[in-house]
Amino acid sequence: MRTFNKMVLSTLATAVGLVFSISVLAADITGAGATFPYAVYTKWAEAYQAATGNKVNYQGIGSSGGIKQIKAKTVDFGGTDAPLEEAELDAAKLVQVPTVMGGVTIVTNIPGIGSGKLKLDGNTAANIFRGAITKWNDPAITRLNPGVALPDLAITVANRSDGSGTTHVFTSYLAKQSLAFMREVGAGKTVNWPSNAVGGKGNPGVAANVQKIKGAIGYVDIADAMKNNMNFVALKNRAGNYIVPSQDAVADAAAGANFKVKGMAPDLLDQAHKNAWPITSATYVLAYEKSADAAKQKGVVDFISWSLNNGQKMAEELGFVALPANVVKMVEAEMKNIK
Amino acid sequence: MSEPSPPAGIDLHAQQVRKFWLQDKIFHHATQLFAFVVLAALVGILVSLTIEAWPSLKAFGPSFLWTNVWSVPDDEFGALAAIYGTVVTSVLALLIAVPISFGIALFLTEICPVWLRRPLGTAIELLAGIPSIVYGIWGLFVFAPLFAEYIQPPLQALLGDVPVIGGWFSGPPIGVGILTASIVLSMMVIPFIASVMRDVFETVPDVLRESAYAVGCTTWEVVRNVVLPYTRVGVIGGIMLGLGRALGETMAVTFVIGNANRINGSLFAPGTSIASTLANEFGEADPGLHIASLFELGLVLFVITFIVLAISRWLISRSMGSEGL
Repeated sequence: MRTFNKMVLSTLATAVGLVFSISVLAADITGAGATFPYAVYTKWAEAYQAATGNKVNYQGIGSSGGIKQIKAKTVDFGGTDAPLEEAELDAAKLVQVPTVMGGVTIVTNIPGIGSGKLKLDGNTAANIFRGAITKWNDPAITRLNPGVALPDLAITVANRSDGSGTTHVFTSYLAKQSLAFMREVGAGKTVNWPSNAVGGKGNPGVAANVQKIKGAIGYVDIADAMKNNMNFVALKNRAGNYIVPSQDAVADAAAGANFKVKGMAPDLLDQAHKNAWPITSATYVLAYEKSADAAKQKGVVDFISWSLNNGQKMAEELGFVALPANVVKMVEAEMKNIK
Repeated sequence: MSEPSPPAGIDLHAQQVRKFWLQDKIFHHATQLFAFVVLAALVGILVSLTIEAWPSLKAFGPSFLWTNVWSVPDDEFGALAAIYGTVVTSVLALLIAVPISFGIALFLTEICPVWLRRPLGTAIELLAGIPSIVYGIWGLFVFAPLFAEYIQPPLQALLGDVPVIGGWFSGPPIGVGILTASIVLSMMVIPFIASVMRDVFETVPDVLRESAYAVGCTTWEVVRNVVLPYTRVGVIGGIMLGLGRALGETMAVTFVIGNANRINGSLFAPGTSIASTLANEFGEADPGLHIASLFELGLVLFVITFIVLAISRWLISRSMGSEGL
């Protein structure tokens, strides 16, 4: 019995020792914020831990929550889909860098019309999503689609019912295309949808509504649209080409953008590249310019630069789009300000 | 027990009494404390909701309750659409659930063969244990499409031209909406109401029931004139339990109500409820009026639930008084 007790004690002592030694060797870092990049951040954290032994926790609590937490100094980095403006970054002494990009797609459920067969331009899409066009055979739609037999079917708009970065990106794009949309629906995480709209919770909720309701049109991010095998709309971009959304088309949108601005957040919507997908956005990480805990600051920088250089494939498998190589270099330069 | 000497024995006795008295005292205070913890939590919730909702209370005043606007971009908020959705779905759910639950309870206690009672009763109790999110997923992915395909179009064909009622069934048949939410809610409250009703029906003394049968009453007459008057209090309690659950149900309703912040006369149209608005918007709400208005919505739900509880207490006490129980 006594030997048994001794064994237990020594095992305990070793365990305690191990825990201490681990916490001394590596500074575990914690981040919180946007839910949109949650899947890719957790995937990166897992691979990063396997490669380096350092642990990263990320909690998807929403962009507003991420900004709140980083300002309250309760996390080591924050995640946000809506970038902070220069003045706000300066006031809070924060560094902001993009990590990964995504695209919002328009998806439909019209009997007899397959993926990529329906063409829309920005203004017509805005008129549909503000409830001004209510039937699929409306002249405004048929004019853009000669030869496509559009049915006499009521349009149901499927929107996100929860406040979301996806809605923010999508409505910001439509508001740029139509003043009427800006005035009636607005641009933001939660907006005033028209009377023929149905709200679903999360991207999966919108995807389900579009797939179940005949005559529905909705918006979901590329990853969810591909996973659910949904019918895309080909959207006219600034160059005048009808683009079917793809990860390449999102990458093309970033290729022409100028990231050399404070906060590294150029407007990626409606870019001029001939193959650019018009509804493209990036998600961002916020970190402190200065902190007393140098180990944690270094941990944040190491994690991000490791992920940007080694995690492109993981991001693409999850439906995200990796930053172009030149932007990765710029992010690394910008992160020198994290001390 | 061996008592050494009389004086010591008396002393021992007094000590014992003192010990019991002390134990009682401690027990009394401990249980009192527990009861007051509940009260303190209740008051605490009310106070913290009011504090958080203060900016909205100040900005909109009582008109928050009857304003039909919920616009985040314009920072204008009113609770009418959410209150309407909450009350309409809950009342409709009860209208569907109460007769069905009554039938279930009646069958189980009066008509069902004895060997079938236990398995049927257990099945109903199992229904009560299904998490609400499962009802929501089932409602969205299975029930809503079937409803849109096979129930909404015939209902519209049948009732669409009837004045007044026709308006309740107008609009495109999209599956999700107020009526779908009510039906899913009714399925969720049926097990609660039915099992309470069954339990109280079983408390009717066999003597009463059998004497009624002996004078030639039919099953319906026995239920109408003996079982129901005897169990009125319990039946009301069961219904109120169901109503309480329907008012606060969140996830299942969020999945199937269609989440549109507006009032539409049609039951096929999407709507919203207080609980589903909170579930949808709280996570990403920006500080300021939006979040304060969400807190005020929570406060409104709290008050509605409180009123329902008060009414049920009043109904119970009134019917107990008239029965002389």
